Amino acid sequence: MANPDLAKLDAIAREGRVQIIRMLTHAGSGHPGGSLSVIDILVDLYFNRMRYDPRRPTWEDRDRFVLSKGHCVPAQYFCMAKAGFFPESQLLTLRKLGSPLQGHPDRVALPGVEAATGSLGQGLSVATGMALGLKLAGKSARVYCVLGDGEMQEGQVWESLMSAPKLGAPHHHLDNLCVILDGNGIQLDDFVKKILDLEPVVEKLKAYGWPVLDINGHDIGQIDKALDQAEATRGAPTFIVAHTVKGKGVSFMENQPEWHGKAPKPAEAVQAIREIAGQPLPAWVEPIVAELQAMEKK
Amino acid sequence: MPAKASRAAFGEALLELGAENDRIVTVDADLSKSTMTAKFAHTYPNRAFNVGIAESGMIGLAAGLALAGRIPFACSFACFVVGRFETIRVSVAYTNAPVKLVGTHVGVAIGEDGYTQMGLEDIACIRSLPNIPIVQPADEIETKQAVAAAVEHDGPIYLRLTRQSLEPVHDAAYRFTFGKADVLRPGHDVTILATGGTVWNSLEAAKTLAENGINAEVVNVATIKPIDEDALLLSAGKTGRVVTVEDHSIHGGLGGAVAELFAEVMPTPVKRLGVTGFGESGDPAGLYRKHGLDPDGIARSVTKFLNR
Repeated sequence: MANPDLAKLDAIAREGRVQIIRMLTHAGSGHPGGSLSVIDILVDLYFNRMRYDPRRPTWEDRDRFVLSKGHCVPAQYFCMAKAGFFPESQLLTLRKLGSPLQGHPDRVALPGVEAATGSLGQGLSVATGMALGLKLAGKSARVYCVLGDGEMQEGQVWESLMSAPKLGAPHHHLDNLCVILDGNGIQLDDFVKKILDLEPVVEKLKAYGWPVLDINGHDIGQIDKALDQAEATRGAPTFIVAHTVKGKGVSFMENQPEWHGKAPKPAEAVQAIREIAGQPLPAWVEPIVAELQAMEKK
Repeated sequence: MPAKASRAAFGEALLELGAENDRIVTVDADLSKSTMTAKFAHTYPNRAFNVGIAESGMIGLAAGLALAGRIPFACSFACFVVGRFETIRVSVAYTNAPVKLVGTHVGVAIGEDGYTQMGLEDIACIRSLPNIPIVQPADEIETKQAVAAAVEHDGPIYLRLTRQSLEPVHDAAYRFTFGKADVLRPGHDVTILATGGTVWNSLEAAKTLAENGINAEVVNVATIKPIDEDALLLSAGKTGRVVTVEDHSIHGGLGGAVAELFAEVMPTPVKRLGVTGFGESGDPAGLYRKHGLDPDGIARSVTKFLNR
């Protein structure tokens, strides 16, 4: 979008980071590292990019978002609540019995979620199918899919990477599809480089026929520019390699594999939120800190 | 009506339905000549997608197409379809994406290609997933109506089709109803529940049994899930004995579904006929004899079961 209000988007992302920490602390489990690395990308998509109507989640002309790395869904839940798909108070039901906010995205339980994901490797295939289906229906809606870098070790990802640039030719090239890699460099067991290095990932993707953009995934200005470029690209889907930091915004979580899938304890959450929100603590953060401090005393 | 493979009837039905409904699309993984969608692809090239030999990607793509309002038939050999169980489990069943999964080349009846190409566990796999019904038609007329029913069905569905030709077991007036079993031959001594390629063999077996004074009721169970509880209980209530016949593992298929039903609702002796262990290469007739799925083998097993 022309001249995005970067200060506003950065503020939303900061709020998102606070809410991610808060949600996970209440849930007592979940994945902070990847949620914090992907949040800036999601904030630009939800608040500066995608066309949708939270009151009509099945609106045919809506843009679609598929979080293939489904374990980072707290970042998406924050965006959905902020956008009005459900009340923000519901965020604290994450992972609780009976909540539509399942540990991994559930399309049937939560209107606005486009596909069940979390079994890694499947989301890109589904997003590709959506892009093709929209083209066949003559719709101009776009499809965004976020992958994890550890996830790219799944074979099914490469099946879709092979076919998506070719599918639909000659009349329905999938230039309505944009894939964004949340390249935070860490997977559950360890650094991606140590488990199974993906590099040189840009060259691999280019060899598969994708136009590739290489950006800093925490610079919303860069994210937005890349999404503009993807939207302007004709005849092929676009792949954005976003370099990110796992646990971004919380000093003791950044680049630490142990924070892939561990919820902070209340005291850790308070420290994390103080770092994210900055000093002096903004008024809207004070009750959240108080709430977490109360949890700590229990 | 001459004998016809259910995969061939499927290909013809799809071509006809595709002319009326442009939302129908096919997704294949390099087996469209075998799954018989090739003619559809030739006629509607913009609605047929071949992703190469990549079945997981094929099923995921079909899920996305379905969620975007298309009616995708995702087709491969049954063993390769359910081999991508995890994609079916999450992207189709849990997502509730209305994909029409089609598994062809089921059972030992494919013959010479041997075990790796035989769909022998597909019913068991799909039965374990919520949201996906299973339909296995027994002849051409039933197949064509089942394909039409799959298009109409508001949700995912699995169609199980044969490579081999199937002798007709229904006349031209037959009307397939999703979820309903149909009694092909009334009887009172034993109920034979058969599905797909073994239905005709079961009818032939019933003739042999009749010559020996055993009056078998033969029921075609085309919808394996959800199973037609009322029809099965009605028949077994009359005969008191049940034999299931299927070209599938005896574990978890029609026999498994039937045994579960009777164990819970109306304890009744059930004999499951089907494939034990792996399949192997050989001529289809020889394989059916070996596994006791030919008319003589079925008749022998039924007689032994009744005399035990």
